Amino acid sequence: MSDIATTTDAKLMEGPAFVRGQPLAPLPPPLAEAGAIGWMRKNLFSSTLNVVLTIVCAALIVWLVPPLVKYLLIDAVWEGSIRADCLPRPDRPEIGACWAFVIDRINFFTYGFYPIEERWRVNVFFVLLAAGVVWMAWLDAPRRDLGVIYFFVVMPVVSLILLLGWPLVGLAKVPTTSWGGVLVTVVVSAVGIVFSLPIGIVLALGRRSQMPAVRLFSVIFIEFVRGVPLITVLFMASVMLPLFGPETWSPDKLLRALVGVSLFAAAYMAEVVRAGLQAIPKGQYEAAMAVGLGYWKTMGLIVLPQALKITIPNIVNTTIGLFKDTTLVFIVGIFDFLMTIEAARVDPNWATPGISTTGYAFAAIFYLIFCYGMSRYARFVEARLAAGDRR
Amino acid sequence: MAAVETSRPKALLIYNPKARGIAYQVLLCALIVFLAWSAIHNAAENLARAKIATGFGFWDNTAGFDISQTLIEYSTTSSYGRAFWVGLLNTLLIAGLGVVFATILGFIIGIARLSKNWLVARMAGFYVETIRNIPLLLQLLFWYNAVLKALPSVRESFTIPGGTLLNNRGLFLPQPVFGPAARFALIALVFGILAAIVYQVWARRRQMATGQQAPILWVSLGLVVALPLAVLALSGFPVTFIYPESGRFNIRGGIEVLPEFMALLFGLVIYTAAFIAEVVRAGILAVVRGQTEAAYSLGLRPGPALRLVVIPQAMRVIVPPLTSQYLNLTKNSTLAVAIGYPDLVQIFAGTVLNQTGQAVEVIVITMAVYLTISLVTSGLMNLYNRRMALVER
Repeated sequence: MSDIATTTDAKLMEGPAFVRGQPLAPLPPPLAEAGAIGWMRKNLFSSTLNVVLTIVCAALIVWLVPPLVKYLLIDAVWEGSIRADCLPRPDRPEIGACWAFVIDRINFFTYGFYPIEERWRVNVFFVLLAAGVVWMAWLDAPRRDLGVIYFFVVMPVVSLILLLGWPLVGLAKVPTTSWGGVLVTVVVSAVGIVFSLPIGIVLALGRRSQMPAVRLFSVIFIEFVRGVPLITVLFMASVMLPLFGPETWSPDKLLRALVGVSLFAAAYMAEVVRAGLQAIPKGQYEAAMAVGLGYWKTMGLIVLPQALKITIPNIVNTTIGLFKDTTLVFIVGIFDFLMTIEAARVDPNWATPGISTTGYAFAAIFYLIFCYGMSRYARFVEARLAAGDRR
Repeated sequence: MAAVETSRPKALLIYNPKARGIAYQVLLCALIVFLAWSAIHNAAENLARAKIATGFGFWDNTAGFDISQTLIEYSTTSSYGRAFWVGLLNTLLIAGLGVVFATILGFIIGIARLSKNWLVARMAGFYVETIRNIPLLLQLLFWYNAVLKALPSVRESFTIPGGTLLNNRGLFLPQPVFGPAARFALIALVFGILAAIVYQVWARRRQMATGQQAPILWVSLGLVVALPLAVLALSGFPVTFIYPESGRFNIRGGIEVLPEFMALLFGLVIYTAAFIAEVVRAGILAVVRGQTEAAYSLGLRPGPALRLVVIPQAMRVIVPPLTSQYLNLTKNSTLAVAIGYPDLVQIFAGTVLNQTGQAVEVIVITMAVYLTISLVTSGLMNLYNRRMALVER
């Protein structure tokens, strides 16, 4: 006992035998709190309820995803030219999506009945439109003022000549009855946006105008159109429009639908633009007046540029709605993309029990890609505008 | 002292903003009147030339077509007016059921999107992003043509436990037939609902006065559900069911739910729920975090904190866009025409229009119906907003 005490005393007198010169490395956190396990404990299994929810969700995924992958990819038929290729055979009892059908009819889905030798014109139109969209959507693009003129004036005129044909410049006439598929969907959406935005801006300005008659007319138009379903507007355009004109005037079927869609979208655009106009502080109007600008210069140079900038995300969202709503033209007998799918799925060459699902899956993927892309873009613009406001 | 010249220098009338404003308005009115006049004039001429009657005389004529789903008595000898009411009721039925189910599903998904559980939040997000970005019409066609029409035929119907049959002709539910003693249960139900309301009022007053809480939910459930069931049991279950029986080609008995109805309901509910979920999420996020933290610091558990503090405040943000989603659902129910569900547009703007050819009248009536629904709803909405608006000092 005392022996030990004396040795420690002696050691103490010599000074400490060891002093840690460097701090100890921190212990790793407990296994249950860090890394994948910790993440799972925190985000998936934090309470009894969450454990149950996680298990239910996992079961749902296991129940849904493998069959979907199996249907869309593993069991899918990629090659073939007639319906027999997509029917179950003894060596292939399970049949998934019949992509061979989509590959076989892809030109029909894209161009409808547009004459085969003239289809390059449609492709040129797609390129022109894509260029316009990129010019408008790319916020740092050079000469965006020219882009606006291109998108709202040059491109529509050139596209019209290109698609309809103009024998004087050597383009054969193609009646709109032979247009179809993605072409019609894109034309309806593009016309919708090209016309609805300017009309919507005018209506929004009208609704905030000092002149009672102008305000009243704008309010009635906007509230009326927003209060009725698009189908009734389309019915009205396709049934009543020809009645309103002189006897000989029989507007083209597609044109009627375009008028309906544009007016419908314009009412929604007007409300979106109005929200933007309301967000501009009063000082901006007053400052413009103070430097002696008239109404149109105040609006055109000071208010609208700011208002439209902050409404871009909402304009894009309205465009998504418009793009989805173009499917309704099929109810008034226009051959849009969805209608080509409907026509092709009952075509005896391909009609098998599973062909509808394949057609709808293809259409769903098409709309999903475009609409999701647009909504990502809207969110990107929103984030960028928010960054501009941050100080 | 010379008189000071106070009058402004005379300007031309065209530079006077007031005069210009009046001129613009007169021009606009003249233009609109001219357009309206020429449209009406042309329409009258065109209709006269096509020998189409005008006016609403067709309302009482015999319709002569059949309708697959009628909530009120209707036969081929009924009038066009009767067909209009059948269509309107069918529209209101689908819209009413759609609103209820879409609200339930939408709230669940909206709250799930804010869940702390990563998997739940991600799945809800995936649902919203996918469903919102696929056109409703495509979804309806999918449900109708690819799912419900692909079900087995009548002879190979699926039998769901409880006597329900499901096949490509629709869903066939057992039809309850109430015996005479069932009215006691009905009386008990009415009494239970009234008693539950009285109890809730009493409980709320007592809580206001003394702070004591009462088990409102359980007592109400007991009064509304358990009491009528108990009375039903005491009176010896005077309810019999007519079960649907599958014959060779057809099904006899039971309540028939059309596949068109189911497809439309599925499509509308699933589509609208995605939008409602976003509305709910935005509403909950709009309640500042301090409110939740204050509730926690008062000792409320997450459940009551959500129920008593967050949701009442979020509702103020949620309700206006929620109403516009309800209106959208109602307007979207017109897509019934694509799958053949007999709603107002399909019956009236479809069949009646084709039979009578009176496009102007029919379309005007149809639009007026939807316009009335929207205006009434937004009027109620404004009332509600005024009541719920934050009263600030």
